[in-house]
Amino acid sequence: MNQKDLQAVYMLWLRQMKRFFRAKSRVLSTILQPLFFLFILGFGFNIAVFPGMQGPYINFLAPGLIAMTILLSSMFTGVSVLWDRQSGFLQEVLVAPVSRLSIVIGRTVGGATVALFQGFIIMFIALAMGVPIVNLQGLLLTILIMVLLSFTAVGFGLILASKMRDFEGFQSIMSLILMPLMFLSSAFYPVNESLPGWLQILSYGNPLFYMIDGIRGSLTGVNNVLHPLVDLGIILVLCIVIMGLGTYFFNKSEV
Amino acid sequence: MTIIETTNLTKTFDGFTAVDHIQFSVKKGEIFGFLGPNGAGKTTTIKMLTTLLYPSEGSATIAGFDILKQRANVRENIGIVFQEPALDTELTGRENLDFHARMYGLTQETRKKRITEVLTLVDLLGKKDIVVKHYSGGMKRRLEIARGLMHSPTVLFLDEPTLGLDAQTRRAIWEYIKQLNKEENTTIFLTTHYMDEADFLCDRIGIIDQGKILVIDTVDTLKKSVGHDVITIACSDSGQLQQRLEQEPWVNNITPHETFLTVGVQRGEEKIPTIFEIARTIPVSISSIDVRKPTLDDVFLYYTGRSMREQNPETSQSQATRPAGFHWRRRP
Repeated sequence: MNQKDLQAVYMLWLRQMKRFFRAKSRVLSTILQPLFFLFILGFGFNIAVFPGMQGPYINFLAPGLIAMTILLSSMFTGVSVLWDRQSGFLQEVLVAPVSRLSIVIGRTVGGATVALFQGFIIMFIALAMGVPIVNLQGLLLTILIMVLLSFTAVGFGLILASKMRDFEGFQSIMSLILMPLMFLSSAFYPVNESLPGWLQILSYGNPLFYMIDGIRGSLTGVNNVLHPLVDLGIILVLCIVIMGLGTYFFNKSEV
Repeated sequence: MTIIETTNLTKTFDGFTAVDHIQFSVKKGEIFGFLGPNGAGKTTTIKMLTTLLYPSEGSATIAGFDILKQRANVRENIGIVFQEPALDTELTGRENLDFHARMYGLTQETRKKRITEVLTLVDLLGKKDIVVKHYSGGMKRRLEIARGLMHSPTVLFLDEPTLGLDAQTRRAIWEYIKQLNKEENTTIFLTTHYMDEADFLCDRIGIIDQGKILVIDTVDTLKKSVGHDVITIACSDSGQLQQRLEQEPWVNNITPHETFLTVGVQRGEEKIPTIFEIARTIPVSISSIDVRKPTLDDVFLYYTGRSMREQNPETSQSQATRPAGFHWRRRP
């Protein structure tokens, strides 16, 4: 990484910021969608009683929605390499005399910034709605997990983008991968012994589960299955593996 | 001084050979053109030379740097205008140039200066703060050319620079290309399937077809190789006439087409009576005849046995030879 590569990282980050904040509808929809979830599900399920759940449902739901918002936004950034490929802009980036690694980092940091911006908005709204913070260390750990989650999701998006050539694939990926990932993640209902065994196994095999469990454990301090630091360890390993694979596939792809 | 030099450059895609052991060199300051139909391997060659594709075999050097081993150095020395637009349409013209300049590590001072310079060159200074999605096709192309020049590259690659543009814009872009070649002494490598474009712009041309370079030379020499004049004849039995004419010593070459013959000769206008004479003795009746200076289309025909126009019916904007409507009038 030399001066030039750092400037490339900065430029790619800046480009994403400009693009994001100019697309008003995208800013709005990415904030509104989880907000609907937060309000409608939050109040709708508030009367439901889940075995083993402590506190009101919204305290349980908020960490899941924060993670979901970051996941969607970051994955979108990773996959949007496809858009750049289609529009030809990727070629402009790839012929520049900067390392491929700095291109991946620039895109990841840019995507993560956007995703975290959205994640924080949801978090602040949730806090305003009465979701408690356990302590300052917990909040810092939550932010760390949010950053790692976002990096992992960008990396995952990059892997998908290198395997797809068109946008049709993107739609089927969304429903085939994202939906099960979200519903099996403990975002909406607690994963514990009261669930069928196969559903528990599927949930524990889901990477998103550990991200949400980690945020839940560190932010609210209740309803988590594992200790947040155990979650953090798992997330860290996942992040490194997925980012490594994402970089590898991006390097290999030709225009 | 040689700027581009290739040795057996080859690219195969799943058994299909897009570029087949091509060998050529481009000198400093010249405008070199690859002329060939769509699918001839022009873009693939550019992508290999600009490090976007790995060659399957062979290699090349750009400004002395190896495209396989010194990729970063190669990238620093090249500018490229892609065939498909490669702008970020959500950013303004100035922002696109600024992005580019920073990716190439230009200092803030140089950035400001160059952005004004290149935008002035392509007449877009007044439009620099408009988001690119509101630009017209011609404006986008000009902005891309300006961007290719931002970092003052040793060599600028232009892949079909005027594809799909109207006649007026094409003219303007040709002028820009000529101008920057002269003023900035930029070596230019361009590909085109427009005869008139190659004719107007290029110092030297390589004719490429089905991945192979058939001939490389200056435009003038290429045209002379076909004959000083080209006579086009439509007649009742072109097979017989061809057989008979082939025996004449003054015929440089003769090429049959579906409905007509082209004959390369010297002093064409003097040969017309002779041809009529010969035709009468066969006998074959001539329905139309035309004498003109050879065009690059004739050259292409001569070397490939096919007309480029036959293969690109959709791109017949070229004002090259039009064998269908012959005239007695001699064209300049």
